[in-house]
This record gives sequence, C-alpha cells and structure tokens, in this order.
Amino acid sequence: MFAAFLQYLFSGLTSGAIYALAGLGFAIIYNASHVINFAQGEFIMIGGMATATMVAAGVPLYLAIPLAMVASMLVGVAMEKFAVEPARNADVVTIIIITIGASIFMRGAAQIIWDKEFHSLPAFSGETPIAVMGATLMPQSLWVIGVAAVVIVGLWYFFNRTMFGKAMLGTSHNRLAAQLVGVAVKKVLLASFALSALLGAVGGIVVTPITFTNYEAGIMLGLKGFSAAVLGGLGNGTGAIVGGLIVGIAEAMASGYLSSAYKDAIAFIIILFVLFFMPSGLFGKRGTDRV
Amino acid sequence: MNLMTARTGGLAALAIVVAVAPVGFSNSYFYDVGVNAMFNAIVCVGLNLLIGYAGQISLGHAGFFALGAYGSGILTERYGVPAIVALTLSAAVVGILAFAVARPILKLKGHYLAMATLGIGIIIHIVLKTEAGITGGPDGMSLGNFKMLGFTIKGDQMWYWVTGVLLIFAVWLSLNLIESPVGRALRAVHGSEVGAEVVGVDTSSYKVLVFVVSAVFASVVGSLFAHKNGFITPDIGSFFGSVHFVTMVVLGGMASVYGAVVGAVILTLLPQLLAVVEQYEAMILGVIMMGTMIFMPKGLLPSLMIKLKSREAGR
Repeated sequence: MFAAFLQYLFSGLTSGAIYALAGLGFAIIYNASHVINFAQGEFIMIGGMATATMVAAGVPLYLAIPLAMVASMLVGVAMEKFAVEPARNADVVTIIIITIGASIFMRGAAQIIWDKEFHSLPAFSGETPIAVMGATLMPQSLWVIGVAAVVIVGLWYFFNRTMFGKAMLGTSHNRLAAQLVGVAVKKVLLASFALSALLGAVGGIVVTPITFTNYEAGIMLGLKGFSAAVLGGLGNGTGAIVGGLIVGIAEAMASGYLSSAYKDAIAFIIILFVLFFMPSGLFGKRGTDRV
Repeated sequence: MNLMTARTGGLAALAIVVAVAPVGFSNSYFYDVGVNAMFNAIVCVGLNLLIGYAGQISLGHAGFFALGAYGSGILTERYGVPAIVALTLSAAVVGILAFAVARPILKLKGHYLAMATLGIGIIIHIVLKTEAGITGGPDGMSLGNFKMLGFTIKGDQMWYWVTGVLLIFAVWLSLNLIESPVGRALRAVHGSEVGAEVVGVDTSSYKVLVFVVSAVFASVVGSLFAHKNGFITPDIGSFFGSVHFVTMVVLGGMASVYGAVVGAVILTLLPQLLAVVEQYEAMILGVIMMGTMIFMPKGLLPSLMIKLKSREAGR
C-alpha cells in the first residue's frame, strides 16, 4: 500500500521537477516581456536531442552537455532577436502565433538536422535501483530532482543577489522605470530567452535517460510547463515550482490509482478546475484594468 | 443597393469566386481541396467572431469540431440516426457544453483564457483517443454518406456546391450579426471591456453568446467533414488543429469576415503547394506564421486594404 504510494510519489516528483523547470522558463520570459513562449518545450527537446546525438557520435558526456546547453541558448537568443523583438507591441494572439510558429519551425528543423527516431542517453550514474521502504528509486530520478533543486537555488541567487538578476527583476516590475534607472532593457529581454532556453535544455538533458526524446518530445512537456506556470500564477517563480510539482505528482497518482490513459489529461483538468475558482492561478496577483 | 458595402458587394464577390473557381478545376482532387478550404473557412468565420470581434482567444476549437464529427459518426453508425438529426443533435450538445463552460472561462483574460481553452481542447482530444469502445480510439471510425430526404450528397463535386452555399450562408449570417446591436456590443467589449460594462453592455452574456455560436459553427462543419471524408481520427481535434484554425483567422485578418475566409483558403492550399518540398514543410509553415505576424500584424486582407486605400488617397 505505502510502497506503491511512495513509488508513485517518486515518479511524480521526477516529472514534476521537469515541469517546474519548464514552468520557470515560461515565468522568466513572461516577466521580462509579457510573452508566453510556446516554444519552451522545444528548448527541452533541443537539449535532449543535441546531447543524445553527440554522445551517440562519440563525444564524451561532460563535453556534450555544455555544448547542448550553449546550442539551446543560441536558439533562444536567435528567437528573441528575429521573431519576438520585431513584434514588440503586437496583440497577445499575434505573439502567441509567432511563438507557435517558432516551435513548429524548430521541430521541422530538428527533424531535418537529426531524424524522427527516438534517442536515449545512458543514465549518469548507473541503473542500479535504490530500495527505499519497499519502493524503488532509479539513480537518474535523483539526478533529475537534484539538478532541478540546484538550478532553483542558483536562480534564486541570481535574481536576488546579483546586479544583473536584480535588473531583470526590476524590468519585470516596471519596464519604463527600469530603463530610467539605467537598466539595458533590450539585454534583459535577450537574457530572459537565453536563461529560459538554458533551463529547458538542462531539464531535457537530465530527463532523457528516463523518458527518451524525439523531435516531438517538447510538445507535451511545453504545454505541461505552461500549465504549471499558469497554475502557480503567471510570472510567479515559486508558483511555477509548486505548480510543476502539483502537476507531476497528481499525474503520477492518477495514472497509478485511476487510469494511465488519462495521465496526460490530468494537468489540464486541474488547471481548468483551479482557473474556474481562482482566475489568476494559485499565487497570482489579481489583475486590475486601467480604463 | 450599394455594391461597395461588405454585405452586398462582398457577398456577391464571394458567390462569384465560389461559382467561377471550378473553371480551373481539372479533376476531382481540386474539388476536394476546395471543399476542405471552404470547411475551414466556415469554422474560421465563426471563430473570427470570437477572436476578431470580441477579442477573446480560443486554442480549443478543434475540440468542438471533433465533437461534431464524432457525434455524427457515433449517432449515424451505431444508432442509425438520420444524418441531419445527428448533425443537429451534435451541434446542440456542443452548444450546451460551450454554454456551460463559457461563463467561468470567459471571465479569464489573455493567457489564462488561452490556457483554459487549450485545456478543454486537449481533454476532448484525449477522451476521443481513449474511449475506444465508443469512438474506435486512435484507429478512428468510418461513416457513410450524408443522406437527407432521400437525397445523398456524395462525390467531391456535389460536396463543393453544397459547401459553397453553406459558406455564403455562414458569411451572410456573421455579417448580419456584426451589424446588429450584438456586433456593436462585441466591438465595445474588444475596445474596452470595463468601458463597455460601464455604459451598460452586459459583456459576459455577449461573450458567452459568441463563444457558443463559434463552437456550433465548428461542430456543424465537423459533422459535414466526417460524412464527406468518410473516416475520422481523434487527431482532427488535436491542439494543432486548434492552432491551425486560429492561425487562419489571424493570418487572413482579425475582425474581417472575408479575411478569415482568405486565411482559411491560403492555409488549406499551402500544404498542397508545399508537398513538393515535403521535408521542409514544417519549417516553411513556421516561417510563414512568424513572418506574416511580424510584418503584417493586422493580417493579410486588412493590410492590403490599408495599402489600397492609401494609394487611392495619394492619387
């Protein structure tokens, strides 16, 4: 009984950690530019695919990982520069279509650069399961949860203790005021895309040994990251982390105790239910309109 | 009668285009593409009321389209219900469902609304995929011709004319709606929702109304599509189906009925043209989506109109 519960909890925490990273990616870009980046899932895919194909080609893992992270960040920066920046003052719908267009483009490119097959990575530290009170925990799950935790602490430090991080935070509160006190707002926008792409890539790399990856792997991960971000309240970092964990754990419990067929629907059922009663998510600020 | 108004002049032009286009059709494949373009156009004319006029986004309309299709499929194939009754029943159920979810959903704004409609679409897609006992699951289900009053619609050519008449009817209906008090109220909602409320417009009722209307449009077209195609899979209700519809509306031109038609036709033809460079299809589609939105954020038709007008003024 308890062992099964623990088992579901482990798997929920693992996927929840990935959703949290994706959700944070949404939140960072949303804060800097009020753009919802529907290509967030593609950063996850690029991180996983780039690492997996490089390792398969003989590049050592410790070299492939940073290279894949850089590749993903470059794609993020290019996307901001060429697709998002030129449409700065466009409608919400217009920007949504631009980022969806970018995601379709990236999937198309991935299909050509790599292929349509599934790719995997060897687990970072072996495949010997660890027994915990009757449940088993794969070492790679620990990697996923651990890396996510380190990234979250790193982000906290970046946004609260470094000048550039504070400048980014300032821009998210009030763009004009930030510009007036000398923040290079354009750099902040570029940095937000680079940082989100990096988060995505990290998530994609650590999870690939467990879930495998292919050119379409980013779609569902991205949408669930979006649900995590909305669930916590758009633009709220802590909210995105909590949202990601809730989605991940609820999904694992539902597929364990109810039906695995509806696993992918759980995130969206939760989000609808929450939005019906809390239109700004769990921790979101209530919006007011200036008329 | 003024031929320059959208209602009479535009409708006449549309009727002429629909009637004359087949001159260039050399085989039934052209009719087939034409029917699909017009199916999409009808959905987009309805969706445009919601996105373009009321300013509310929906990333879930392919779900309503799929419900219409499966409603017709299940009722006609499993229960022997006449096609027209099945279509009407499905549309009624979709309308009631849309009405039930509309009030809580349309309270949401911007990205929250996008998330909620996206969620509804995805849930519908997953249900259709999973309940294989009723829907046939991922393998899909097949259904027969559309029969009504002893008359059977079959063959691409016959479907073309039926769909053409329906498209003109849908455009006429939506032009009337836009020019009625409802249309003015919707535009007020788009301009400033709070402002509209202050001057006494019951904004939420109007938003609900137009959400239900657009969902019913999608459902009816879904039913017809199912009969025309003879085979449906859950993927017609996927997230990308919804994205496709929204892209058609925005590409053609938000708040322009004919823009929605133009967008639908272009995006339906595009994959046919790109079939030659199949490998690069997705990349080219992505570039077109980004490029149009960056350089013509108002959409094709309104941008062209502005150009034409400024040229006339310059003369």
